[in-house]
Amino acid sequence: MKEKDVHAELSSIREMMERSSKFISLSGLSGVLAGIYALAGAGLAYTLMKNPGGSHDMESYPHQHDLFWPLFMIAMAVLVLSMLTGLLLSIRKAKSRNENIWNPVSRRLLGAVSIPMFTGAFFIGILLLKGEYSTISSASLVFYGLALVAGSQFTFIDVKWLGIAEIILGLLAMLIPGHGLIIWAIGFGFLHILYGIIMHFKYER
Amino acid sequence: MKYSLEHFDKAFENRIRLQIMSVLVANRSYDFNGIKDLLHVTDGNLASHIKALEKEEYLSISKSFIGRKPNTQYAVTKKGKDAFKKHLQALENLIKQQK
Repeated sequence: MKEKDVHAELSSIREMMERSSKFISLSGLSGVLAGIYALAGAGLAYTLMKNPGGSHDMESYPHQHDLFWPLFMIAMAVLVLSMLTGLLLSIRKAKSRNENIWNPVSRRLLGAVSIPMFTGAFFIGILLLKGEYSTISSASLVFYGLALVAGSQFTFIDVKWLGIAEIILGLLAMLIPGHGLIIWAIGFGFLHILYGIIMHFKYER
Repeated sequence: MKYSLEHFDKAFENRIRLQIMSVLVANRSYDFNGIKDLLHVTDGNLASHIKALEKEEYLSISKSFIGRKPNTQYAVTKKGKDAFKKHLQALENLIKQQK
């Protein structure tokens, strides 16, 4: 056996171990786009909350019930758009790598992410029912961060650090009330854009 | 130059078998189609290599149903893991010798 063959053998072993256990069709661009949607949504929410009654008081979240549905729809639009973008760009990337997106790793990734995600969704649903609007941004950041950390073992390790940053921001939002929207915008907007750019330069060039 | 081949596992002479083992040691278990997609091999080809590895008792098979579809999961055995490690060690030694 020649040295070249040994190296080829080792690199094929390594490649198989990595490709079979890590989902790497996540695109950096979807992070950037998700961040832009979040910033746009937060900007829109800010103007809505600022205008009625001329109140500039950011701490009096939507006590006005007419603001509940618009804000809810904005949040849903950001969520759905981000997920669709992520899915479409991942499908595209998987196709260009000649891989099937629905494989054992992507299933494990979804399984790991879904428990904190659904727990968070129910938790936030209960907060909404109880009218505890001021803790929603904190809860969404914390549960999203937990989902990322849980999923990170099946994809790029960088996702874990993004998750930890989201958790810290969520706790911070709980600690200093009244800044939920701005911290939410940092977590879902700014951090996603930063993450997307880092991923692009680290893995896609 | 001649190298010692005593630690080389005959079962791993074939690249596809080695790749199957690589997938299995990195994961708790893997299904047939998942391995097939990763390796880009045909059903028959993969099945024959899996059979060879099964004969060596390097992997274990568990069959179940997901809905109505049969699902076959493969996992590496203790024996298979040890053999894989030994093979990696042999490759490493080979590189050291050549230096």
